[in-house]
Amino acid sequence: MKGKNGSAATKSPKGKKTRTVKVDYLARVEGEGAMYVRINDAKVEDVKLKIFEPPRFFEAFLRGRDFREAPDITARICGICPIAYQMSSVHAMEEICGVKIEGPLRDLRRLIYCGEWIESHVLHAFMLHAPDFLGYESAIHMAKDHKDLVKMALRMKKAGNELMGFLGGREIHPINVKVGGFYRVPTRSELKPLRDEMEWTRDAALESLKIFSKLDIPQFKQDYEFVGMRHPKEYPFNEGRLVSNRGLDIPLSEFENVFEEEHVEHSTALHCRIKERGNYFVGPQARYNLNYDLLPDDVKSAAKEAGLGPISRNPFESILVRLVEILYSCVEAIRIMDAYEEPDAPAVEVEPRAGTGYGCSEAPRGICFHRYRVDSDGKIVDAWIVPPTSQNQKTIESDLWHFAQKYVDLPDKQLQWQCEQAIRNYDPCISCSVHFLNLTVDRT
Amino acid sequence: MGVLVIGVGNELRRDDGVGIAIARRISAEQLPGVIVRECTGEGAGLINAWTGHDAVIVCDAIKSGSAPGTVHRLDASKREIPSGLFHYSTHEFGLAEAVELSRAMDELPGRFLIFGVEGKDFSGGKGLSKAVEQGMETVLCGVLREIGPEAGIS
Repeated sequence: MKGKNGSAATKSPKGKKTRTVKVDYLARVEGEGAMYVRINDAKVEDVKLKIFEPPRFFEAFLRGRDFREAPDITARICGICPIAYQMSSVHAMEEICGVKIEGPLRDLRRLIYCGEWIESHVLHAFMLHAPDFLGYESAIHMAKDHKDLVKMALRMKKAGNELMGFLGGREIHPINVKVGGFYRVPTRSELKPLRDEMEWTRDAALESLKIFSKLDIPQFKQDYEFVGMRHPKEYPFNEGRLVSNRGLDIPLSEFENVFEEEHVEHSTALHCRIKERGNYFVGPQARYNLNYDLLPDDVKSAAKEAGLGPISRNPFESILVRLVEILYSCVEAIRIMDAYEEPDAPAVEVEPRAGTGYGCSEAPRGICFHRYRVDSDGKIVDAWIVPPTSQNQKTIESDLWHFAQKYVDLPDKQLQWQCEQAIRNYDPCISCSVHFLNLTVDRT
Repeated sequence: MGVLVIGVGNELRRDDGVGIAIARRISAEQLPGVIVRECTGEGAGLINAWTGHDAVIVCDAIKSGSAPGTVHRLDASKREIPSGLFHYSTHEFGLAEAVELSRAMDELPGRFLIFGVEGKDFSGGKGLSKAVEQGMETVLCGVLREIGPEAGIS
């Protein structure tokens, strides 16, 4: 494995051999931060995910703004998962205004989310994570030997981007989502070319699942508390209760009673934890484990053929779960497009009302929770946003702790590489709060 | 097939919009055989834009430490494009990575030029710095010179 890694061996003052291993820049994560691992006498002593970028103040920007502005302001939090922020914010605002979106408008919101999952999961699984499993420094190096795979990924990503761009007005920071619906909705005929490409993407997802099922997956299982949304009838995007495999089952309004954020010295992003139990796991594997029964039979079969059971506790299997979710997104997108009837109006009327509203949706990386208080003029009084990566921070640290301990005898470079791979299991969107990830392994 | 001219950038980040401004000026010339596109700089989108073309000219802002307005002409057909010269988000890969990914897949167009204008101000807002405006004029002359009489790169 070639990389920008370096290692150094020095003697400590006591004559003990101290080894410091550094990765000055960890590529292939979305964002920037730093990771520190200290090993003493073959025992992991400390692990820190350091996040040092200054806070971005989005919650403060929202105060005093009109409630209708929330989807456009919050979409700017993330370049790769803006739909998650738009969806969570519009649902919170609609709850405050006493409006529920049903029928084709509701379906279109699921459809645009399919586009986001496809483009985000393809980028991560193929371009950022697959090089780890196949032993390449980057997708560019991988492309030399796996041209067809990369070409396939680029076309799949394009299909996701086109779906997002078409329904959202543009791919990055879409502008067509509004409280109450959309500014413009598509005609049936406009969806036809998108549907054709979605069929190709579905077949490509199936093929890539077969290819990726042959990857060498490191053996590493942990006993996680998986947290995700759960809807009675459908694999979740926008609606549902918050559930976990340890008995959590709450409406969104209970979030603040069950979860808490804490500031730790080494991170400017807050750590989120369940008050009673500590760290938890959000993201594709949590969704999959909590909602496996709601996947269509053909998607379940494809997952089974790829070696996935109904529960996946090895975070390195996340690459396969992302492919399953790409497949599901294509199947769901085709279903929605086939059933689509143009609504009477692109949005329902929404009048401002004073109140508190909650929104949560399943971003590609996990639940994205929003809470707003709005006054009777429709001005936002207070906003609280909990992005998925801040929820996974403690679990990433915990994984590093156990993973580094399990593989402590590996040579430094290999340990570094596999620790990086372990971090990438979570597809951390650190840039919602940071921009750099340095990994330091200290051995004493 | 003619020449594809791609302007890359974000016109709401001042000098980062120079590639877009150049693309619009070229487009206004309505040159026969010349196709003009504007792109944000997201790598997968760039690859999709240029794949299948024979001759491509990309115009973008650049950040190399030279004096603002300095024009860099990089012939990607002949040498690797160093990562870090062009803006890219950690969410996506950028121009240099897209060129090298295309090359790795044997899909880089046979003639591939990049004009980079050294930017000065990448803060929020519209409008180019004076030095960058001058650099833009140099690039326009350069692009027009490169486009041959049969709309190939001469």
